[in-house]
Amino acid sequence: MNKLRRVINKTIIGLAAGTLALGFSVTASAEVDLSGKTVEWIIPFSEGGGSDKWARFYGPLLSEALPGNPTVVVKNMPGAGSTKGANWFAANARPDGMTILGTSGSTQFPFLLGDPRVKFDYADWNIVLATATGGVAYLPADLGAKWNADPKSILDTRFIYGSQGATRLDLVPLLAWQMLGMKVDPVFGIKGRGDGRLMFERGEANIDYQTSSAFLSKVTPLVKEGKAVPMMTWGALDANGNIVRDPTFPEIPTFKEVYKMVKGVEPSGDAWDAWRAFFIAGFPAQKMVFLPKGASEEMISTYSNAFKSVTERPDFAEISKKRLGVYPQATGAEAATFKKMGTAVDEKAKQWVKDWLLSRYGVKLKK
Amino acid sequence: MDFFDTALPALGEAFTLIFTFKQIGWLMIGVLLGLCVGVFPGLGGIAGLSLVLPFIYGMDPISGLAMMVGLVAVIPTSDTFASVLMGIPGSSASQATVLDGFPLSKNGQAARALAAAFTSSLFGGLFGAVVLTFFIVIARPIVLAFGLPELLMLTILGLSMVGVLAGSSLLKGIVAACLGLMVGAIGEAPAQGSSRLDFGNWYLMDGFQLVIIGLGIFAIPEIIALLRQDKSISSSGELGAGWSQGVRDWWENRWLSLRCSTIGVIVGVIPGLGGSVVDWIAYGHTMQTAKDKSQFGKGDIRGVIGPESSNNAKEGGGLVPTLLFGIPGSGSMAVFIGGMILLGYDAGPQMITNDLHITYTVVWSLAIANVFGAGLCLFLSGGIAKLTTVRFPLLVPFLFMMIAFAAFQSKQTSWDLVALVGIAILGIFMRRFDWSRPAFLIGFVLSDQAEVYTYQVVQVANSKFSQGTDIGWSYVLSPIVITLMVITIVSVWLGARQAGSLHQQTNKTYHWNKTPAVVFAAFLGLFMLVALIDGTMVWTMTDKVFPITIATVGLITSILLLVKMRRQADTHSLFYDREIGEDEKSAPHGLWPMMGWFVSLLALNAAFGFVIAISLFFIIFLRVQAKISWIRILVLTACGVSFLVFMASMLNREFPSGLLQDMVELPWPLRGR
Repeated sequence: MNKLRRVINKTIIGLAAGTLALGFSVTASAEVDLSGKTVEWIIPFSEGGGSDKWARFYGPLLSEALPGNPTVVVKNMPGAGSTKGANWFAANARPDGMTILGTSGSTQFPFLLGDPRVKFDYADWNIVLATATGGVAYLPADLGAKWNADPKSILDTRFIYGSQGATRLDLVPLLAWQMLGMKVDPVFGIKGRGDGRLMFERGEANIDYQTSSAFLSKVTPLVKEGKAVPMMTWGALDANGNIVRDPTFPEIPTFKEVYKMVKGVEPSGDAWDAWRAFFIAGFPAQKMVFLPKGASEEMISTYSNAFKSVTERPDFAEISKKRLGVYPQATGAEAATFKKMGTAVDEKAKQWVKDWLLSRYGVKLKK
Repeated sequence: MDFFDTALPALGEAFTLIFTFKQIGWLMIGVLLGLCVGVFPGLGGIAGLSLVLPFIYGMDPISGLAMMVGLVAVIPTSDTFASVLMGIPGSSASQATVLDGFPLSKNGQAARALAAAFTSSLFGGLFGAVVLTFFIVIARPIVLAFGLPELLMLTILGLSMVGVLAGSSLLKGIVAACLGLMVGAIGEAPAQGSSRLDFGNWYLMDGFQLVIIGLGIFAIPEIIALLRQDKSISSSGELGAGWSQGVRDWWENRWLSLRCSTIGVIVGVIPGLGGSVVDWIAYGHTMQTAKDKSQFGKGDIRGVIGPESSNNAKEGGGLVPTLLFGIPGSGSMAVFIGGMILLGYDAGPQMITNDLHITYTVVWSLAIANVFGAGLCLFLSGGIAKLTTVRFPLLVPFLFMMIAFAAFQSKQTSWDLVALVGIAILGIFMRRFDWSRPAFLIGFVLSDQAEVYTYQVVQVANSKFSQGTDIGWSYVLSPIVITLMVITIVSVWLGARQAGSLHQQTNKTYHWNKTPAVVFAAFLGLFMLVALIDGTMVWTMTDKVFPITIATVGLITSILLLVKMRRQADTHSLFYDREIGEDEKSAPHGLWPMMGWFVSLLALNAAFGFVIAISLFFIIFLRVQAKISWIRILVLTACGVSFLVFMASMLNREFPSGLLQDMVELPWPLRGR
């Protein structure tokens, strides 16, 4: 329908413009007007996942905020763990502002780890929105009670964790737990974090983590029933790049704090640098919206301003709390900072993670 | 939870919410949309729900839910049209229906088959809703009792159906199943992501999707075969038994329908299994419990009633993991969860504690949508069944258009069409030499689950055994696992006992030509060898065990088969060849010229993009093959292409692009991806 409408509208607008041009000399205007157009928002994940929900939350709001109120359509293009959709965007999206891309940590990690299938470069793209999130690890009741009494008391437990794969966002919890000296056996091959939670509920896994929104809706009830105990969050970044307590879960300690509690010293060294780098890429800078390479300055600022006005709506805090959690929604220069943090990990950290993946999980990333 | 104190008032509240003019109106809109989308194979509920999602935002929750439920509910009902009439498995829910539904159409009993299918759907849907009403409040602990060993055992039970569906030769059935498992393992390994059997090819890295396999293995071989006959689908050109016969058939088999509905609810309730096995288990059960099995696969009405009863009951059952755990059982359920969030409801345990009336609203909207949907389909079936009396070449361009478009939804590249042709050629040969295509499909569908669950069970069991031997054994051998094992063993035993008596293709003795059958069997053996070599080259241990095991079993079975072939005389049914034995010998058109038509569509597409290609194809095909007048050609072409463009624009879908699109910028329907 939108397509048809677009074609028809184009024709009508073209005719009207032609008629106008005959009568008046039209002065070119820098004002962007998208009325009657359709913006395609490419989401390289399938329907119903976190990124899909995020885009569908923003979609209607973005449409209201853009000049001319174009129709915003979320288009799912899953495949190869989001690499496929991002590749498509890099190769085919025209810089006219009618196609935008939403990425997540799962798009960033293969890019950072040099997956041979990645045919896109974040440096080419223009960021207009960055959305942060957090993650919370939790334990079953019995282990949780011991953990709260003394974290060191359960370090020798044999943990089972349902994992989507060591090269995915699960890299962050797996590495964190290993740094604490815990023995966690990941059981790979689950399809989403929801399956991991189900394994936890069935008692097959005895440790799990969820991103903030899933934790809020799915694990909080378990915590209330006394079946789960929050363990730690990965934390959040403050304006100076320090890891601080997650604003959505201010009562839960961060991994950094837990590390100090267990080891007696602040975390440092190669492992910590690598963890920190991938944590930033995976959580504080998790979801980003891009315009393709070559988009005009006007178009970029139009989108930036539109997202800015969405996040500054008086009711934004209220409508977003339940669906996104309380996290920074960065636009403009701030978003650019997030992009830099999320996509520029130093070589040393990358190499450390690659070596660790190979030695610990036998994952060889191809050249 | 006390059912009478809490659940009954919630149920009452739900009924007052649903039975208003407005809600029923929205429900009907959903049902009608679902019907339109459902007839398009391969699109299914995901496309339909994505279509309505933008409108859901801001709707009042009950209306929004009613519309979404209406849409989801009728898709497994409406895709029956394609399965029964055209032999195209519309979605995973209707694969088993093809086996007997399509032969019934060919026998001129399309209306009867459709009516039986829709009555079964109706019953299954209602049965599912009634069971759920009571069950959902106590479902949580039961669902949690199904851990990984139980899921693995269910997967094995699904695979054991190969024994029943193997056809005339068990050896061939096993090779076909191994082939399916192997094709399912192509691409990124589910555990550690190693690449398998992809030969560095970008398309293969992601593996094949079910749409391509279903269309290639079932739909295209059947369509090509019909095209060669140059008749209507109904071989007599007439419609025999009417729809009232179908309803009576259902009534005569009402206990079968009840049993299969129960299977549907149970399998639907268990998260992680998906709908992909339920119709096969139901079909297997139908065959095992039938006294006279000679007609299965050739048009036994029970083969339609069983799977159709189960797949609609499964939709109801599937609401349990979806609503209670937020674990969607299918793609459309995933979108459904997204839609619920738009309406302000998040799936989770609170759906029982706080929002029970909403849960019941969903359950009973589903039941009512089933009644409307199946009723409407039943009403339409007599008319639509007339399609089977139309001269088949007139339908072919429409079918090719729908198949190609559906296949393209898989990965949205023109390579989808190439993959489709490749799989179709395999399907054509499997059909010709009587290799069990259901066995192949079961293997394909269960490949991922079989591998992942095996691996995960081993991992978790290791950990449990390290805590203590008794803890380990009680994990691996739970009462549910033992029960499922017994069922599996009984089912295999029954299957093996029947294998001899089943599928005696013909009473006539033929002197087959041994060579083509042997060459094809050897080719499949060679594929197993390649798969084995490829498997040994996988770097990660976790990802290598499964392909090596399957390829070894497949290879050994292939060798046994070839040895047996060497020893048997050329009258043995092992050498069955449709080109000699059945009416295909006398078909007016050859196999490859007809397949050439489909390939020509592919070539046109590569040059001009899909919309131009399909328009040209309509014109050329109707003129050259169907030999009809120019006026009729123009009318049919205009109808077909505009329908396609309309559906694609409604559902916001793209078309494959060709060389032309690379060179020139074109406006939308002509532009592609």
